[in-house]
Amino acid sequence: MTPVHAIIAKELRSYFVSPIVYVVGAVFLLSFGVLSYLLVQIASALALRQMQIQGAAAQLNLNELFFRPVFYWTGFLIFLILLPLLTMRLFAEERKLRTFELLMTTPIGINEIVVGKFLSVYLVFLGLLGLTGVVPLILSAFSSFDWNPVLTGYLGLVLMGALFLATGVFASALTENQIIAALLSFGLLFLLWLLGVMGANLGDTTLGNVLSYLSFGEHFDHLLRGLIDTKDVVYYVSGMFLMLFLSHRVVEAQRWK
Amino acid sequence: MIEVQNVTKRYGDLTAIERVTFSVNKGEVLAFLGPNGAGKTTTMRILTCFMPATEGVARVAGYDCFEQPLEVKRRIGYLPETPPLYHELTVQEYLTFVGRLRGMSTENFRSGLDRVVERLSLGEVRHRSIGNLSRGYQQRVGLAQALLHNPPVLILDEPTVGLDPKQIIEIRELIKSLAGSHTVILSTHILPEATAVCQRVVIINAGRIVAVDRPDRLSARLRRSEKISLRVKAPPAGLAERFRALPGVQSVFEPTDTGAFLLECELGRDLRDEIARFVVENGWGLLELKTISMTLEDVFLHLTQHEEGMVGEGEEARTPSKEQSRV
Repeated sequence: MTPVHAIIAKELRSYFVSPIVYVVGAVFLLSFGVLSYLLVQIASALALRQMQIQGAAAQLNLNELFFRPVFYWTGFLIFLILLPLLTMRLFAEERKLRTFELLMTTPIGINEIVVGKFLSVYLVFLGLLGLTGVVPLILSAFSSFDWNPVLTGYLGLVLMGALFLATGVFASALTENQIIAALLSFGLLFLLWLLGVMGANLGDTTLGNVLSYLSFGEHFDHLLRGLIDTKDVVYYVSGMFLMLFLSHRVVEAQRWK
Repeated sequence: MIEVQNVTKRYGDLTAIERVTFSVNKGEVLAFLGPNGAGKTTTMRILTCFMPATEGVARVAGYDCFEQPLEVKRRIGYLPETPPLYHELTVQEYLTFVGRLRGMSTENFRSGLDRVVERLSLGEVRHRSIGNLSRGYQQRVGLAQALLHNPPVLILDEPTVGLDPKQIIEIRELIKSLAGSHTVILSTHILPEATAVCQRVVIINAGRIVAVDRPDRLSARLRRSEKISLRVKAPPAGLAERFRALPGVQSVFEPTDTGAFLLECELGRDLRDEIARFVVENGWGLLELKTISMTLEDVFLHLTQHEEGMVGEGEEARTPSKEQSRV
């Protein structure tokens, strides 16, 4: 067992003995479920109206009507609020309880600490996201839709989660106060989102394009439409690595203070 | 085994330690003694590669703490001031985690675990959550963590804090038993602890080393006179003057309660016999008479309160700069 495995195993254990995962998980699944329910309701109302107008069974596009908004709101709203709560403890708690001194004086590198902590929270996240798979499975029993955009939508969420969680790890490395860490990662991600809105307002100018590229909005949208573009995947993966690299620098820099 | 040369650490404008130099031989137990905030923890953190020094060189087992931190960390067991414990884990889970961080093989880990559980009597609490243990047990789990991989060098920051007297003695015995095979640095502000377990003491104050020596030699070096304390039943008026007139007596100090005297006599002269005879022959009634040797406490207070510069190994004892009367 390598030190990274050891850190992952320990962090998972800590996650599941503390209430945080259960609370965040419950809120996440509940929000996802209610959101799905509401959107199905809207879709069926629409189907009913179409049936009255056309007098025949309506052809509804569930991908447009259901999956895109569900993924959109999950990625933007639910992740933005809940994921910082999962990452806030990773470094902040270790600093507060002085256990960081143990990690830093055992023969492992800061790389291994950062990667181990990130992967542990990422596994928790993937587990929670996996549970939402129930919704498309149930829907597929009652209706037909195109699975491809659903899968790319999930890919979008998986990538989005990686970026958000890496940002959260970075925020947690900056402070020993967990609440500040959560607020900081929320703020950073929210600003990143607004950057995209700003870019969209500026339209097809150089600055507008740069801002749109920097924000996750447009990249996420491509994936929701069922397009897998290397550019978008590269955006998320490089963003994640940048955040993890910054976390490493912050941890290293704090030794020198 | 451990070498520290001119190490300085500054936090912004604040200088935590300045030009600290000392070395520890293999198998030696060295105590770091100083008031709170003197720089003990800072020095230990530099040695354990938790933080780099601003200036100077620190070496452990021949490896530079700054250049080869991994090699140094491999050879050190460290108990920080606050034991680094994860309260949600059980003792066994915690030690397993530490063993994995240290990359111990399963075999090594098993024997190491059994050894520390036995030596620190953790058997009963092995499967309990650390958060539910008493302070004494938590401190011992912290120690177990430092000893788990049987490191050649141990750095213990206040290892007996929070323990009850019986446990303190056990831990001291444990540290003593490590001497010889292990090199130990421990910090403490409890002076008898330093005398009890250490071969050498480094006294540090306000970031500077003020003395390095064996505990017994430290007190001998700083003794400027032989001190005799006595109590007389019926002292006549002016007895202090009559004592002062005796040959060999340098000064007499009279504490507030009547009948008690403290005589400072020439170094190397035992006047107990003469003084006893003097008092008894005059019929004043001798109740008590004893010599006072300087305890490590006195040395410590002396060195940390009056910064009279460094008293290093092999340095000549100084002549007293001013008269002191200390009980």
